[in-house]
Amino acid sequence: MPTYQLKVNGVSKTVDVSADTPVLWVLRDHLDLVGTKYGCGIGQCGACTIHVDGVAMRSCSLTPSQVEGRSLTTIEGLSENNDHPVQQAWKEVDVPQCGYCQAGQIMTASAFLEQNPDPSEEEVKNAMHGNICRCASYTRIRTAVMTAAQNMD
Amino acid sequence: MKANKTSPLTRRAFIKNSSLAGGGMVIGFHLLNSCKPKVIAEPSVDLSSLDYNNFNAFIKIADNGAVTIFSPNPEIGQGVKTSMPMIIAEELDVAWKDVYVEQGILDTENYTRQVAGGSQSIRQGWDALRQTGAKARHMLVSAAAARWGVAPSECTVNEGVITNAAGETLGYGEVVKEAALLEVPEDVELKKPKDYKIMRKNAGNVDIDKITTGKPLFGLDYKTEGMVYAAVLRPPSFGHTLVSFDATEAKRMPGVIDVITIGERVRDLLADDPSFSSKISSSDKVVVIAKTTWQAFKAKEVVKAIWEEETPLESTEEHNEILTGLLDGNSFKTMRSDGNVKKAFAEADDILERTYESPFLPHNCMEPMNFFAHVTNEKVHLAGPIQTPAWKAGLVAKMLGRDEKDIHLEMTRMGGGFGRRLYGDFVIEAAEVSDKIKSPVKVVYTREDDMEDGIYRMAIKYRIKAGIKNGQVTAYHLKEAAVNDNMYGLIPNFFPAGAIENYQVDVANYKSNITTGAWRAPYTNFLAFAEQSFFDELAEMMEVDKIQLRLDLLDKVKPEEDERIQYSPERMKKVIAKAVEKSGWGNQPDHIYQGFVNYYCHNTHVAEVADVEIENGGPVVKKITCVVDCGIVVNPLGALNQIEGGVIDGVGHSMYGELDFANGRPTANNFDKYRLIRMKEAPIVETYLMENDHSPTGLGEPTLPPAGGAVANAFKAATGNRLYQQPFAKRPELLKVLEKEIIG
Repeated sequence: MPTYQLKVNGVSKTVDVSADTPVLWVLRDHLDLVGTKYGCGIGQCGACTIHVDGVAMRSCSLTPSQVEGRSLTTIEGLSENNDHPVQQAWKEVDVPQCGYCQAGQIMTASAFLEQNPDPSEEEVKNAMHGNICRCASYTRIRTAVMTAAQNMD
Repeated sequence: MKANKTSPLTRRAFIKNSSLAGGGMVIGFHLLNSCKPKVIAEPSVDLSSLDYNNFNAFIKIADNGAVTIFSPNPEIGQGVKTSMPMIIAEELDVAWKDVYVEQGILDTENYTRQVAGGSQSIRQGWDALRQTGAKARHMLVSAAAARWGVAPSECTVNEGVITNAAGETLGYGEVVKEAALLEVPEDVELKKPKDYKIMRKNAGNVDIDKITTGKPLFGLDYKTEGMVYAAVLRPPSFGHTLVSFDATEAKRMPGVIDVITIGERVRDLLADDPSFSSKISSSDKVVVIAKTTWQAFKAKEVVKAIWEEETPLESTEEHNEILTGLLDGNSFKTMRSDGNVKKAFAEADDILERTYESPFLPHNCMEPMNFFAHVTNEKVHLAGPIQTPAWKAGLVAKMLGRDEKDIHLEMTRMGGGFGRRLYGDFVIEAAEVSDKIKSPVKVVYTREDDMEDGIYRMAIKYRIKAGIKNGQVTAYHLKEAAVNDNMYGLIPNFFPAGAIENYQVDVANYKSNITTGAWRAPYTNFLAFAEQSFFDELAEMMEVDKIQLRLDLLDKVKPEEDERIQYSPERMKKVIAKAVEKSGWGNQPDHIYQGFVNYYCHNTHVAEVADVEIENGGPVVKKITCVVDCGIVVNPLGALNQIEGGVIDGVGHSMYGELDFANGRPTANNFDKYRLIRMKEAPIVETYLMENDHSPTGLGEPTLPPAGGAVANAFKAATGNRLYQQPFAKRPELLKVLEKEIIG
């Protein structure tokens, strides 16, 4: 199997996986970074969202060769001390119910706020529309993203 | 220390204690025995010899005062891992910020009802959890009083610090050793609600930091040394059974360790316990064992299997015909009958009869089904997301011919349950696989497996008929036709039972080979829409006020004369009044159309009002006002989350939820073809909790059923069209404003 050099959360990792292995499973099964979740495997639910050079992408739909040489950030590497404004807002608003989709929600929200630090509620809704929360914690996700935007000022 | 045992065989341990490495103390207050407790203070043991895996307790107190509370019930997102320990901490009287919460493991000897289901964890745990905390507090205070040589009644306690009349203080950690040796009191006075310091105040999710940093929490995150992964190839259609398979290519795939079959032990189990046969296929299944999840998934795709049709492959079209036939037919079982509906209909001035139809639904937990098993000669280690750990441990023991004591089951946090994880067919599979390969293994479903191998909410049709005589509702006849199983328990005695003199509930079912089961708020998740749409239409026909009709009927209900009626008309009327007030019912600007629903299920009284506006010629749900009476609210922050989620889930599934079958197989198997509600479709949910001192009831389910009815009634107001079938989005022609409305 080919080897790939991946830069994950600032650390260089060598992985030996078949070329078609989604980055999601490289992270979960090979690098023990299980914060990134498997939900659908076809880029429809957003549970596996990570940052690739700061852009939110679905790790289930990326292969290792597509991300070699690029900087990957997972939920584990979003901040040093769980103090990213989005993480703090998630705690302040108490967003999660089951919590399974929330890493993906947080990664989508944090990348979005980098691009648009002062969004309208409508823009937040559009940005978060691709992430499914089966517990339907949508009202709190919306509030938390708006809260994070305010706290990032 | 000396053991203080009296007939240990009949009186089980209430307290275990053992010394911590630093000289501290571990006390376990067991729930099961908390009503008739007896202390057994075991000789101190060194912490290093303490088997935490087998140590089950509610409370640990260290000598520095640190408190750990074990949450007994499975956490599926309903918030019990936060709220159950809050109840113990309240009566124990410690500061919530000083409490560390851990998930308890399955322990049928020391815990009761370790189940996540029916919205019953808080309701049924309420007394025992409070007693557990209160008895521990009482013993700690008694120990401090004894040391001071004063009466316990002269001491006060606040947040883990005991103070005597002279103003001297002792922390819980300082007296915990002596406390552990005291007799456990029989009767301990519980706090009055007005004195609560933890309950009724907002507490955040105890796992929040782990969730926001991606720590391993869920079954899919669970790993042990040497663990392998299993992907299971199950029959492609309900009705299929395996004939043969060729795994030559699969075995050549990277990482594949073996390809095996399972099924034999499941068939033995089903022969022994037929009750589980509607929950799991008895066919052989092909299992790919690989080093990683992806390798197992990929190799499963290239297994060539031949299946044969053992029983007919069914379709939604057939189900519709069969269920309609049942409604038209005469094969009903009567669940409740008051008066004489037949006679009342014959004498009625007016009759309204309507039929309501719902599809199959998958649960679609965000975390696909999975479970870990490691079967060895010594024990059977199971771990993962399961709503009914005791049931599954029992079935696995039976299947493997093991003693239940050999089963060690750890509950992980669950990425959703919604009823799907009540069944644990995946636990049975994992145990059979591990037993066969003699290795620790995790069975993982792909999303497609999860949707195609479900235990679905069955399709149901309701037909409701009401008779009007002299302006009064004199007869009500509810018929249910369902796939596999009918409504159970007290549902036939819900509203309007007791309100209408001639009342009858009849049920009939068709036995399908498709596996079905409970889905968040079983039966009522659809019945509430049917019934509450019907009452709106009935009020329109009678030309009376919609809410007044409901209030007048509630006035006739006398629960004190009928023990089957467990809802309270008084509490319901208060909830209705609050919803009318808070939603601005009847006082909305012209562009807002409202729909009203009140409903009782899972012991909780709810009213919801949907606000709908017309956008681009169609109705859009903007807001739901939700009023809830669930008695004392243990954790308002968590309660509101449950309510908001339940309402939006109810709106989402009534709008979009549908799983059709063709040739015995679901026509959707992932989120590209199956629509779940998303951010932009989610309305605002405005929630109001009734304030009273009634014992708490559950919130995981009761706000979901009314939502579909509120939406349908508001859509009628907005468009002029009545909806009789879910999902609503399937009937776009009804989601347009009627021509006459536009002209008008």
